[in-house]
Amino acid sequence: MPKQENCRILQHQQIASTVFKLTLSSPNLCQEAKPGQFVNIRVSSKYDPLLRRPLSLHRIIKKDNAFQLLYEVVGKGTAILSQTKPGDDLDILGPLGSGFSLPSEKQTIILVGGGMGVAPLVNLAEKIKDQRPKTKDQIIAFIGAGTKAKLYCEKDFKQIADKVLISTDDGSHGEKGFVSDLLYSRLTIHDSRPASIYACGPYAMLEAISNIARKNKIPCQVSMEAKMACGIGTCMGCVIKTKNGYKKVCDDGPVFDAAEIIWD
Amino acid sequence: MGLKTEIAGIKMKNPVMVASGTFGYGEEPSKYVDLNQLGAIITKTVTLEPREGNPPPRICETSSGMLNSIGLQNKGISDFVNLALPFLAKFKTPVIVNIAGDSPEQYAKLAKILSREPIVKGLELNISCPNVKKGGLQFGTDHDATSNLVKTVRKATNLPLIVKLSPNVTDITVIAKAAAKAGADAISLINTFLGMSIDAETKHFNLGAKTGGLSGPAIKPVAVRMVWQTAQVVKIPVIGVGGIMNGNDAIEFFLAGASAIEVGTANFIDPQAPLKIVKEIEEYLKKHNLSHYKALIGKVN
Ligand SMILES: Cc1cc2nc3c(=O)[nH]c(=O)nc-3n(C[C@H](O)[C@H](O)[C@H](O)COP(=O)(O)OP(=O)(O)OC[C@H]3O[C@@H](n4cnc5c(N)ncnc54)[C@H](O)[C@@H]3O)c2cc1C
Ligand SMILES: Cc1cc2nc3c(=O)[nH]c(=O)nc-3n(C[C@H](O)[C@H](O)[C@H](O)COP(=O)(O)O)c2cc1C
Ligand code: FES
Repeated sequence: MPKQENCRILQHQQIASTVFKLTLSSPNLCQEAKPGQFVNIRVSSKYDPLLRRPLSLHRIIKKDNAFQLLYEVVGKGTAILSQTKPGDDLDILGPLGSGFSLPSEKQTIILVGGGMGVAPLVNLAEKIKDQRPKTKDQIIAFIGAGTKAKLYCEKDFKQIADKVLISTDDGSHGEKGFVSDLLYSRLTIHDSRPASIYACGPYAMLEAISNIARKNKIPCQVSMEAKMACGIGTCMGCVIKTKNGYKKVCDDGPVFDAAEIIWD
Repeated sequence: MGLKTEIAGIKMKNPVMVASGTFGYGEEPSKYVDLNQLGAIITKTVTLEPREGNPPPRICETSSGMLNSIGLQNKGISDFVNLALPFLAKFKTPVIVNIAGDSPEQYAKLAKILSREPIVKGLELNISCPNVKKGGLQFGTDHDATSNLVKTVRKATNLPLIVKLSPNVTDITVIAKAAAKAGADAISLINTFLGMSIDAETKHFNLGAKTGGLSGPAIKPVAVRMVWQTAQVVKIPVIGVGGIMNGNDAIEFFLAGASAIEVGTANFIDPQAPLKIVKEIEEYLKKHNLSHYKALIGKVN
């Protein structure tokens, strides 16, 4: 069951000029959480910013009863969050939302992360390694960013994945171009083994990945974003358009079958 | 502690209810908060037929507040009766169903259907949703339309009727008086203020529907003022809603003349908010040596 709890900050590291890794303690979350789920954090007890801020579960560290978040400071909520210190408590709701679902048979697992979208994919990759030692899935990670300084988790993926492919928009690291183009160029030589794509990143990237998946008939799950008020499914504020009507990102998602989404 | 109350004939263990649209039909919040401890549960607006709601984005945070343009998305009354009510029947807390329609006849039809459900203890008529073309403001901004609507529903049901008013009017007391005269058992106010937000960088509207309803701490002073004005002119109980975040806010509404309150946006920030508010009211009573919260109603001086 998800819970509202005060989680103690164990560690708070700045890993790039605007990006932080936050480690929090919660036995409940570690027990319950699935990759792709998120937490909704009250960053301040004041009324501005008023609403909680959603962040994906980046890693679960079972042995420490801890979980990690990876976030970028983009506005006032994340700026306040970045000021919190080890020893502080944060009011957290979670784990929330649906997670990624894993197929039962052996797979080539294709992870595609753009920008901060890599955050939940590390959790997913670790879970796959941890829980499916027998299926010997091949994990291929495609990670992309605007520029080298904004490419995160390369090391993490190199430890877990069988292959890591990198792109940057400006060509400062890996191939020059979008990560969706990189995926497209590699899929043309893709063999016929069963594969699934798991993607998280900016909207335009997810739309491109979804098109590639459809053309190649590869099942694809995408983690979507929306502005949220409650995060628990009551307010109907976070909907996106799907073939089955409006669906709530916080509750029906954030992970959706890419084929279900009606892209703008 | 003295919190027991009766509003419009509905018995409650305390005067703290959850506001329509901020608590769903109780199921999701029940994971975080004990529904049995609430004064009453007011369910999200239900309409006769399913409604799709407005295009996203539907939420935009503003300074100490938020805009929403949900547009009354719901699955219609039969789904509500078959799925939502059985869940709520598991709790002792009175259920007040908030309804809306395109015409007085639709409200009356909903009232008739809900009158057959023993767990429904009252109805709140939403005549104040700023986010839909039909079933909202066209009733709540006109005293004749309000009067006609309340009379029509009054004939259709014996359930207690709470009429929920909009702040998007020149003089709220005119509408309040019309509702009271037409047979309302209580008045609740306020629903959200019509607002707008624009992204300066992209030059786009921040809401898919362009306009939305403002709620949260930002609207509280206006809500308090409107509750005070309304309590002066009607004899039926006034229920205060708008930006209530803590016990002190609730006390402010009682002093202005509210007989009970509804907690809205605060549920999103803290699902425990209504229960914390109950506790804080109790602490206030203790501190001020009062045996019952009713001693506070209208006692601003
Ligand atoms: C399910 C989910 C998981 C997420 N996981 C992560 C994560 O792991 N790491 C991470 O860095 N970010 C993540 N985000 C995005 C993160 O929630 C926003 O960046 C954050 O809420 C911004 O808050 P702020 O107050 O700093 O910015 P604000 O001042 O609110 O806004 C600054 C900018 O951020 C954008 N923004 C605000 N809220 C959101 C939102 N809910 N979704 C998308 N953009 C938003 C605004 O449009 C604006 O451009 C996730 C969002 C969702 C919905
Ligand atoms: C997301 C959201 C959805 C709402 N939906 C409804 C609704 O369906 N029916 C209704 O009568 N009021 C609805 N309201 C209005 C609230 O019940 C309440 O009147 C208003 O938000 C002011 O109170 P607050 O500031 O405490 O939120 C909604 C408010 C919000 C924020
Ligand atoms: S954020 Fe409230 S329903 Fe999703």
